[in-house]
Amino acid sequence: MATASTEPAAVHPAFRSDEQVTLHLIGTWQMEVTIPEVESIWKQVQSRSVRQISFDAEQLISWDSSILTFLVDLADRCQKKGLAMQTDGLPAGVQQLLSLARAVPKQEETKSFAPAESFLERVGEEAICFIRSAGELLTFIGATSLAFGRMLQGRAKFRPYDFKLFLEETGANAVPIISLISFLFGLILSFVGIIQLELFGAQIYVADLVGIAMVRVMGAVVVGIIMAGRTGAAFAAQLGTMQVNEEIDALKTLAISPVEFLVLPRMLALTLMMPFLTLYADLMGILGGALIGCTVYGINPIEFFNRVKAAVSLNDLFIGLFMGLVFGILVALSGCLRGIQCGRNASAVGDAATSAVVTSLVAIIIATAVIIIICAVLGI
Amino acid sequence: MTMQSAAPITISDLTMAYGDFVVMRDLNFTINPGDIFIIMGGSGCGKSTLLKHMIGLQSPAQGKILYNGVSLWDSNQEQMEQMMRGFGVLYQSGALWSSMTLAENIALPLQQYTKLSKAKIRAQVELKLSLVGLAGFEEFYPAEISGGMCKRAGLARAIALDPKVIFFDEPSAGLDPVSSRRLDDLILQLRDSLGATVVIVTHELASIFAIGNNSVFLDTESRTMLASEDPHTLLAENNDLRIQTFLRRGEIKGSEVSPAGSKEKNANE
Repeated sequence: MATASTEPAAVHPAFRSDEQVTLHLIGTWQMEVTIPEVESIWKQVQSRSVRQISFDAEQLISWDSSILTFLVDLADRCQKKGLAMQTDGLPAGVQQLLSLARAVPKQEETKSFAPAESFLERVGEEAICFIRSAGELLTFIGATSLAFGRMLQGRAKFRPYDFKLFLEETGANAVPIISLISFLFGLILSFVGIIQLELFGAQIYVADLVGIAMVRVMGAVVVGIIMAGRTGAAFAAQLGTMQVNEEIDALKTLAISPVEFLVLPRMLALTLMMPFLTLYADLMGILGGALIGCTVYGINPIEFFNRVKAAVSLNDLFIGLFMGLVFGILVALSGCLRGIQCGRNASAVGDAATSAVVTSLVAIIIATAVIIIICAVLGI
Repeated sequence: MTMQSAAPITISDLTMAYGDFVVMRDLNFTINPGDIFIIMGGSGCGKSTLLKHMIGLQSPAQGKILYNGVSLWDSNQEQMEQMMRGFGVLYQSGALWSSMTLAENIALPLQQYTKLSKAKIRAQVELKLSLVGLAGFEEFYPAEISGGMCKRAGLARAIALDPKVIFFDEPSAGLDPVSSRRLDDLILQLRDSLGATVVIVTHELASIFAIGNNSVFLDTESRTMLASEDPHTLLAENNDLRIQTFLRRGEIKGSEVSPAGSKEKNANE
């Protein structure tokens, strides 16, 4: 914004009589400089029985909308007190803007604010919300099951291309991060375990520890957590954005079920890929463990892998793969559910992604505990 | 006494490209201070791309964009940001930040670039909303108001810093004819009172002839500009078939658009 001069903004009232005052607007009225307060002028006006205010802008050098805020405030006060405000002494642009600003009356109480809620009300509302969301979860599971049933009958509508794309996204594209995390996880497990086992001279049993832990539980849990952060959040963000862009509404109006078209291929892809990723994570974890055992503590690699082979049973392997399968369903379900439930704005997409990750993690931990307890009870 | 001194904008030998694909080349035109300048042409011809180049979002493959003789893209970062603060932009969808109320949307540039007190910022916010006819909607979120109101709120944000140049990307898109006409009137009133230069990307004939006093016509096929002058003059005097076809769509379809001079020209033909 060009500033012709920086002479300070000022208002000099000139009382022509007790009833008439002319406000001389002087200097540079711009946002960068301090402009006079209406209050001080108003006090002077109020001290007399002024009925009419006019303006003289001969000495006004330049102006921007800061002069408008002054004049609008003054005009409001004049209106309340029944004073006449003559604007013909103002620059033409200011007059136009002033009339534009006052053309549409202010919408009073256009937004109703809810009164502050008590603690009990909020607890009650949260409880109702929780019950409602549990209901929505069950409905979603039901809709997904029905869609799965229709798919088995060959009646589900989704594009095979999407399914292949999701297989790649949830499978091959996830391999690098899973390799890194599970390798390091096995390495850490081995390192921590071997320090304790060394106290009893039983370092070789680190192979049992790493093998059983990775294959039976941790491989699946590690993959589940990675996929919750990586894929679950992505599903929620994708579907959430589609919700914002009304793409899901467009599917509904074509009588295409969003659950069939959008959720089913994602869920199938992730569920199918999870056991493979779990198996891969198991191997990488054991490799990480072997690296520490063999290089730092001098265990013979063949001996290490023989111990692993002896310690890990097929039961362990199948339990681990089963967990992977269950986690795949849970992560896909959480991601898609939160995406479908997403609101209609940008921040809602972020909330949906966050919620998807949190829901997935909680579900994974609960499912792990349940499966472990069931296995313990069944003795497998 | 003046509000502000808007400066001429010169586009000199501008070529716009996405990688190797040239969108438009050899663009040369000048926008005079106080103009309502229309960037027009068919869909996909590069109107919005040109706008993005002019507001500093996309760099030219070749050529210059000069504001008062200073090249936007040859300036250093600080100078460029300083120049960009003199721009107000109304995006096609309004582009209001959805997690903020209308008041917060308008207050943000004022908080960033002025030293105004909270009370003064509040007064500015109320003023800018009242200028676009949204007084009282300060605490509403964008999701709670209509598309037309979002556009007007976007305009209030665009004029928050009293810009020298106001850019509009398809201001009529998604609006009914009445709302569109009201927005045109508002643009005209703001230009007259603020003294700013207005640059509008549009292909709405009603808006072009109602408010435009200078324009550039971009052609998709030749990938360059065909003409740059007052749209009324283009209609009355330019013989290029592509321009005439574009500007006479209203007559062809028999709609309500009947720009001045068009009937006479038809009669002559």
